[in-house]
Amino acid sequence: MSARAFTPELSAQVCAEIDRWVGKFPAGRQRSAVLAALHAVQHENGGYLTPELMNAVADYLEMPPIQVYEIATFYSMFETKPVGRHSISVCTNISCMLRGADDIVAHIENRLGIRTGESTPDGRFYLKQEEECLAACCGAPMMMVDHRYYENLTPAAVDEVLDGLD
Amino acid sequence: MPEHDLVCFATRGFDSEPWSLDNYLSVGGYRAWQRVLDGELDRAAIIEQVKASGLRGRGGAGFPTGLKHSFMPREAPMQKYLVCNSDESEPGTCHDREILRLNPHSLIEGMAISAYAMGATVAYNYIRGEFIDEPVPRFEAALQEAYDAGWLGKDIRGSGIDVDIHTFVGAGAYICGEETGLLESLEGKPGKPRFKPPFPAQHGLYGAPTTINNTQSLASIPTIILKGPQWFVDVGVEGSSGTAIFSISGHVERPGNYELPLGIPFRKLLEIAGGMLGGRELKAVIPGGSSVPVMPAGNIIDATMDFDAIKAAGSSLGTGAVVVMDETTCMVGMLRRISRFYYAESCGQCTPCREGTGWLYRVLTRVMEGTGTHADLDMLVDVANKIEGHTICALGDAAAWPVQSFLKHFRHEFEYMIDHGGRSIVAAPDAAAA
Repeated sequence: MSARAFTPELSAQVCAEIDRWVGKFPAGRQRSAVLAALHAVQHENGGYLTPELMNAVADYLEMPPIQVYEIATFYSMFETKPVGRHSISVCTNISCMLRGADDIVAHIENRLGIRTGESTPDGRFYLKQEEECLAACCGAPMMMVDHRYYENLTPAAVDEVLDGLD
Repeated sequence: MPEHDLVCFATRGFDSEPWSLDNYLSVGGYRAWQRVLDGELDRAAIIEQVKASGLRGRGGAGFPTGLKHSFMPREAPMQKYLVCNSDESEPGTCHDREILRLNPHSLIEGMAISAYAMGATVAYNYIRGEFIDEPVPRFEAALQEAYDAGWLGKDIRGSGIDVDIHTFVGAGAYICGEETGLLESLEGKPGKPRFKPPFPAQHGLYGAPTTINNTQSLASIPTIILKGPQWFVDVGVEGSSGTAIFSISGHVERPGNYELPLGIPFRKLLEIAGGMLGGRELKAVIPGGSSVPVMPAGNIIDATMDFDAIKAAGSSLGTGAVVVMDETTCMVGMLRRISRFYYAESCGQCTPCREGTGWLYRVLTRVMEGTGTHADLDMLVDVANKIEGHTICALGDAAAWPVQSFLKHFRHEFEYMIDHGGRSIVAAPDAAAA
């Protein structure tokens, strides 16, 4: 039975991407592709997952849906609620904290009029609560915007990045 | 340091595309692998050379890499795996990202040699999800170059040797840096560490014998094979062979990743990083990522940066992430941030860690909010002691050690804050005395 016929929520592009990942693992170990599948689905859906999309991934990889929900909630890069389309993560871990990360967060909160963990009402920005160190400690303070790293930040540099987004 | 002494950063100084195959070949790249493919070294010989080099794992634990490789049943007729741990996420650490971005072929060659030595035909590089924009495509492009040039695949260059390397991308979880948590993640599960034994060399990925090594450890292996183990031994000091990449961050003038011989004096390291930011006084250093005990200035200033010396001085070289703090740093605030991190990143399967890390964070928060008591300080140490050694993996210890060491060395800052309604000693009218 082909699971594909029953998963119309996944685009051909996403299916091709999942297939590429499944090909890296031994036969019968397609579950290993679940992180990659969720990355692909989330990306195409504007930055967050829905129950329908998670179910479709479960179906496609022949996994129980609960196992996909577990993955989606365990790993911090997956969003299970709607969020703004540009995701901003400011590293506030020790190296960045020592170089003024808290001021960068305050600047962004003021500029966007939201608190960390919230999205702007117009759906443009999501200021994510980032707990991890993002491993760019020698360029502190830093932030990640839509997966891109910006290092040695100042409030002016932050403004320049955010002004450049649609 | 002269360029010829560089191991992992050999191509870093190149002006144009240091990550390219041509640049890597120009510094002797793939010559060690060629020797293996030519049959000059068999599996046992490679492992003996890595053992003789004294290479110790660069991911934090410092376990001898050659010894780890020798645990694999390399001649057993079953599928075996090598996994590279590029889930770089120990706070303060950022050198594996530099290897992936600037010299990915050193890692590919190191993975190929090591996989062959352990009888593994398949290797995965587990790269943290946040590296998806730059390090991942850079590594994947290098893999493609290596395949196109005939350095990977089946019956490589007619040698009869098969090695395939695949990239894997994580999705945000510090715990996946723990090797068995990483294996769970690679199998498509939450990254909850496994009970050991059995160790991965017996029961690893998909139940098959597996070895997990850090990025920098693997990227060091081609040079060890090419220049010989004694060369590597001579670069470092006794017990700490070779170079290591120090990620120096915090209050220094020139934060950066510096590849330097192990055993370099801390004073020299600080000088290379441009000295203290603004010429201020050194207060403390975390010498190996946030999990290792903090060292007051007096304990590290005359120490050398190698495994034994830092251990003797009361901490651990860990990942080589040197976080420098000056006199303006509030140690209570630092510890609270560290404790929040472990609280957020605990996977939750062991009660002492799941509950204890939350206690640590909440008690430190009330101290900072001015409602802490002196009894809280004893409770912090008590909770930390009850986490340490009572969990499946080392995250519990990593959450405990900062608490124990910050309170051991800087208890007066916590007491001052409790006595002054949450005001930090560095904000005191006579703050210079802090």
